Amino acid sequence: MATTHTDKTYEAELRELRDRLLAMGGLVEQAIVSSVRAVTERDVELAEQVKLRDREINRMEVDVDGQCRRILALRQPAASDLRFITTALKIVVDLERMGDLAVNVAERALDLAQAPAFAPTHDLAKIADLAEAQLKKALDAFVTGDVAKAEEVMKSDELIDALYLKIFNDMLGRMMEDSKNIRRATALMFAAKHLERFGDHATNLAEMVVYMVRGTDVRHPRSRAPGVPGA
Amino acid sequence: MTSIPQHASAAPKMETRGLEIRYGPKAAVKGVSLTLPERQVTALIGPSGCGKSTFLRALNRMNDLIPGASASGEILLDGRSIYAGHLDAVELRRRVGMVFQKSNPFPKSIFENVAYGLRIGGLSDKRELGERIERSLHSAALWDEVKDRLGESAMGLSGGQQQRLCIARALAVEPEVLLMDEPASALDPIATAKIEDLIHELKARYTIAIVTHNMQQAARVSDQTAFFYMGELVEVGPTEQIFTTPREQRTEDYVTGKFG
Repeated sequence: MATTHTDKTYEAELRELRDRLLAMGGLVEQAIVSSVRAVTERDVELAEQVKLRDREINRMEVDVDGQCRRILALRQPAASDLRFITTALKIVVDLERMGDLAVNVAERALDLAQAPAFAPTHDLAKIADLAEAQLKKALDAFVTGDVAKAEEVMKSDELIDALYLKIFNDMLGRMMEDSKNIRRATALMFAAKHLERFGDHATNLAEMVVYMVRGTDVRHPRSRAPGVPGA
Repeated sequence: MTSIPQHASAAPKMETRGLEIRYGPKAAVKGVSLTLPERQVTALIGPSGCGKSTFLRALNRMNDLIPGASASGEILLDGRSIYAGHLDAVELRRRVGMVFQKSNPFPKSIFENVAYGLRIGGLSDKRELGERIERSLHSAALWDEVKDRLGESAMGLSGGQQQRLCIARALAVEPEVLLMDEPASALDPIATAKIEDLIHELKARYTIAIVTHNMQQAARVSDQTAFFYMGELVEVGPTEQIFTTPREQRTEDYVTGKFG
């Protein structure tokens, strides 16, 4: 942004909203890292912490919603401000959902901790690293308005999908080997699925960043009616 | 700026090409080319002194009345210059009517206010006069409020009613284009909503250009919006585009409130 708003209070309100979204993103990042560590290190206490801290993420969603509504009602934002507010309203839903997915992974950690360890979790750790990096990059793109970075996020989602498929097949194999593995393999399979979904939400974030910066909607390119460009 | 692509599907009703307006040595409007599409509302926005009102007044040669004002470039109505011999200023102003910021009813009855332009135009038939006045008051969404007191002074009407009376007066002579210079800036929100609703109805029959400082008003009433800055037309486009994804940084700064 070349200049700042003449109304300094408005400028501060927008900045506060941006900061809050970032803080929320930081908590989500922490949650996903902790939840996966809870799986790989069989750390029950850490898993419980993730569940507890999700409440803070939920509270922040409500706060961000309220801030957006207030700005819409009182400031009638236009142009880039309007795109920022509509983006905020959408990505806050993704972030909250990502927090829930971290909780889901933590719950799988709790399941898995009740039985002896049976399979290596390095692929799961890898998918978690990728998913976390995606979120980090999407948040970076959001703060700096960096479309190229957002597009990178959108492209890298395939890596996560491929890794998920690998874990899926691996677990399927273990289930076929021995039916005693089914419970634990299913838990790992689910954990992988939650992480894969986490990555999808990071992609949603990145798509909204492109909209926020350029004003063009890049979502669902294959679902568009012919002749209707992103508006 | 010479030409900017416009997204008007309607035929051009009025058009300026390289319009330059000077007050003495100072250029108030610099090389503006803008089209008013037929039966659409064009909003002219921009900070004070950006030339939007001067531009508006040029469209029916109101600037001719200001000493030292001069214009160059072209102004076309239905493709013909408004300065051409076939059209005198009086006839032009009948076809291109104007409503001002401050309602200015004459200190006469409601009826006589609306009849004024018609009488000047030579209409004296009582029945036709009555019909035209009723129709104009209906069009200005004022009829129901004044039909039982047409003989009373217009000065007794509320500010919002006076403004709609001025619109009725402008409509009585059956113009084709209606120019509005901040028509609702002195009105309360209800009266403003009535004027804005009226603009929506009027555009079925008239081509409208409105100058407004109220950006939400421009967003609500217009089909296309033109942003003026320091005498230049910076950007013109569909109103939705101007308020969601303007192309020019200066437009962006203005509509988001970033002008120092």
